[in-house]
Amino acid sequence: MKIVVCVKQVPDTTEVKINPETNTLIREGVASILNPFDMYAVEEAIRIKEKLGGTVTVISMGPPQVAEQLRETIGMGVDDAVLLSDRAFAGSDTLATSYALSKGIEKIGDVQLILCGKQAIDGDTAQVGPEIAEKLGMPHITYVKKVNEISETEMTAERMNEDGFERVQMTLPALITVVKEINEPRMPSLKGMMRAKKAEIKTWSAADIGADPAKSGLNGSPTWVKTIFVPEIKCQGEIFEGPPEVQVKSLVDAIVCRKIV
Amino acid sequence: MDYFLTEEQQMIRDLARRIADEKIAPRALELDESGEFPWDLMKIIADADLFGVYLPEEYGGMGGGVFEQCLVVEELSRACSGVAVSYAASGLGCMPILVLGSEEQKKKYLPQIAAGKKLAAFGATEANAGSDPSGMETTAVLDGNEYVINGTKQWITNGGEAEIYTVMAVTDKRKGPRGISCFIVEKGTPGFSFGKKENKMGIRASATRELVFDNCRIPKENLLGGKEGVGFIATMKTFDRTRPGIGAQAIGVAQGALDAAVKYSRERVQFGEKISSFQAIQHMLADMATQLEAARALVYATARMIDSGAKNFSKESAMAKLFASDTAMKVTVDAVQVFGGYGYMKEYPVEKMMRDAKITQIYEGTNQIQRNIIGLELIKEYASKK
Amino acid sequence: MAIKVFNDKCRGCKLCLSSCPFGIIEIIDNKAVIKDGCTMCGTCVKTCKFQAIEITRDVKITIDKSLYKGVWVFAEQHNGKLSNVAFELLGEGRKLADELAEPLVAVLMGSKIEAESKRLIAYGADQVLVADAPELEHFLEDSYAQVLTDLVKQEKPNIILIGATAIGRSLGPKAAARLETGLTADCTGLAVDVAEKNLLQTRPAFGGNLMATILCPNHRPQMATVRPKVFKPLEENPGRAGTVTKVDLGKTAWNIRAKVLEVVNEVGNSVNLEEANIIVSGGRGLGDPKNFQLVKDLAAVLGGAVGSSRAAVDAGWIPYAHQVGQTGKTVGPKIYFACGIHGAIQHLAGMSSSDIIIAINKNPDAPIFKVATFGIVGDVLEILPMLTKAFKKELGG
Repeated sequence: MKIVVCVKQVPDTTEVKINPETNTLIREGVASILNPFDMYAVEEAIRIKEKLGGTVTVISMGPPQVAEQLRETIGMGVDDAVLLSDRAFAGSDTLATSYALSKGIEKIGDVQLILCGKQAIDGDTAQVGPEIAEKLGMPHITYVKKVNEISETEMTAERMNEDGFERVQMTLPALITVVKEINEPRMPSLKGMMRAKKAEIKTWSAADIGADPAKSGLNGSPTWVKTIFVPEIKCQGEIFEGPPEVQVKSLVDAIVCRKIV
Repeated sequence: MDYFLTEEQQMIRDLARRIADEKIAPRALELDESGEFPWDLMKIIADADLFGVYLPEEYGGMGGGVFEQCLVVEELSRACSGVAVSYAASGLGCMPILVLGSEEQKKKYLPQIAAGKKLAAFGATEANAGSDPSGMETTAVLDGNEYVINGTKQWITNGGEAEIYTVMAVTDKRKGPRGISCFIVEKGTPGFSFGKKENKMGIRASATRELVFDNCRIPKENLLGGKEGVGFIATMKTFDRTRPGIGAQAIGVAQGALDAAVKYSRERVQFGEKISSFQAIQHMLADMATQLEAARALVYATARMIDSGAKNFSKESAMAKLFASDTAMKVTVDAVQVFGGYGYMKEYPVEKMMRDAKITQIYEGTNQIQRNIIGLELIKEYASKK
Repeated sequence: MAIKVFNDKCRGCKLCLSSCPFGIIEIIDNKAVIKDGCTMCGTCVKTCKFQAIEITRDVKITIDKSLYKGVWVFAEQHNGKLSNVAFELLGEGRKLADELAEPLVAVLMGSKIEAESKRLIAYGADQVLVADAPELEHFLEDSYAQVLTDLVKQEKPNIILIGATAIGRSLGPKAAARLETGLTADCTGLAVDVAEKNLLQTRPAFGGNLMATILCPNHRPQMATVRPKVFKPLEENPGRAGTVTKVDLGKTAWNIRAKVLEVVNEVGNSVNLEEANIIVSGGRGLGDPKNFQLVKDLAAVLGGAVGSSRAAVDAGWIPYAHQVGQTGKTVGPKIYFACGIHGAIQHLAGMSSSDIIIAINKNPDAPIFKVATFGIVGDVLEILPMLTKAFKKELGG
């Protein structure tokens, strides 16, 4: 089974803060990490490989320094890593990103299963996975919390929704996006890390994957960012004063008079 | 302090630290209360290849030495000494095989230990033979192609959980310590059973049990190195190599306590100020940090001395264990003090660290025995110089 | 296509440097240099006083935008029952359609589903396109995307709104990729530029730290998934007029490669925070998991649901299903009680659209008070039982 996992380098948004004076993100000292949701996809891919045999390749799109971060996944047991890096990809929205990744996956060739994290923590769009599947003419399911059965030609998986979950059967080749309930990603091993240190990370340009410049980067992005701004926080309301009994009474009166409860 | 670790050593330390922070620390309190053996954590450590860091590559290890092992023990101990000692005790159990085992014995046992598939344990201590091995009552008698072992070992770390035991038994009572031999005994051998799990003050996640031998028959090939009478030497050579590991366990728990104390002092407000702004607290933290760094320097230097092929390092090894464990006790007690009343409560990690630290002054030779060794070696050194 | 700095115009004034939300502009040799990681958001272009930065796009406009008309709403249904998000989208879609003077169309897919059409009209739709077929009984990406994209190619809508639900966030990107058009995920604000007939789509990014307004100027339809509970439905008006059109699926090329084997409903044992009118949430300030009982007591008296901050979930005090915030549920109840919740931005992202927010916290500087409608500064362990008692008395319980 030839498996591909799509991963993204993201700023650790749990550490991202806004500078209140300039209204810009403070990125200094914020570490770049591999999108945490993608690590569940990497783990699941390795587990499927351990069961069925085959190879796991991670693919990412981003600036050259992402290559180093991809080594982390090799330390966990991934066989191969590919980075799509080219200024032609800059400014890609989800459609252009999925175009580039689908071209890269086509170049890898004969891929039977693609895994993605459910979304990236910086953009939270959750769109690139399904869009890649469509570009490659594959079926997909999202929010997978469990792979029940998998063979070279077919899989059964549980996908989460607001009401619970559905058990879905799907033919391969296919793409799934996974949620964190699916597994607990493993630690890298020392032997894996040594291998990762020496591994060659393939870097492919737009030309290498035969990407059409009109469909890449900013040119291939139907959506444009018009403005970016810091959200306004609702103006301050009423803070009650006095001893606790008085505050509680004021609050209860304020709620009861609105006849909501 | 920069100890100029190689790239590989940094990798080992970082990986052990990540496991400690992400997997062990969140469970430390629970393991301390339940005293349950952390098999799941042992598996994580095994899958990360950390059980083999100090073993030669030909036996499935990573080719490092005592120093690499110390780095792992220290990091694990920062999060939980009970987990760290379960890891370290497997190294203790396999050390006699590595040092004095025959090639067949090494080939048979070391790869399993390096992969973490099986834990090892070391059995010397008895009820009447702690610091003094001459009181040893466990015997082994050759009967045809088998040795028959009888007796009871006490307080054996990893007892019951380990698969491979290196056990000391008297083969010739008349020769005293030179009449002690070492045997490799596998779990499941008829006549080999375990006593109840001890209820300990600290390192409660680790398993401590009696090993009970009742006419336990093992093949003659399991005599360590194929030679009788090497048990005492094996024990001394083993301890010389593992005492820095106790030192590492001690500096790990001390580092954990210092980290917690500094963090707390920067959060806790009294008299309208963070307590870290008071010199009384600053001076305590300064002493803790300085003593800890000195202990670490001694442990690291000793481990590196052993790995670079020194012949005799009994004195240095004893010093590293002695100084680091005394330091750990002081630092953890002071950490509780910095926390004040909260430090005495189980909600905060430092009271556990204080309990965990105490054992490092006791096992693998009490600190009084360490002083004996250092004293004796010192006199010998000066005597040889005349 | 590129972002370019004209060195002859750049004065090295550093205005752009501080304007860049991503901090990737550097001044080297007194000239602005844009490093890797530029998202082409254009903030620097607008900030520069010397027109020294330019973003150019090689855009081939291949479509005639004037052919695309109408605001479509994907009317999500589960087991034949319309989801609330369908009505919310109709409410917001109605405003957009009126501004654009275009019809508001609901697209309803399912099996034996036609009866629900009337309610979609009652909630604001001018027309309902009903695709009714056994193949559409369960949501499957293959079948739903096929029908939706066929319809779009035929009818050419200007805008398609889809709920940002499990279904919508899977269907949306598949359909958008097939239609080669833009899709903006998880929008929390919508507006239109009437002249260009462009949809202004606002959504949070970077864990809610930033908001971005997105356009899809040269492609049609303009597609967005919209976060549930953000917009309000109109009052149901059963007298509204509208047409119901049955879609002919006779020629549909079904290529369904997946199959639903089992549907497991877990709502019974989980918490339906999204639907609750009143939510009482507890945070780390409760100090101990057992104090969650105080939160539950108040929720019980008010008939509300129990929520929680991420800190309390991470501490293992309460299951993840209760978590409100960026990585948990987004809720919009009439009243939201934040008890012992500090108010990290990640939490605010999930509850700040609540009508009334009540904060109880002993730290008067906690950010939760900045979004609160009402606040009590005090010990949550003391205040909560008093509130429960007072409400019980008021409500005659």
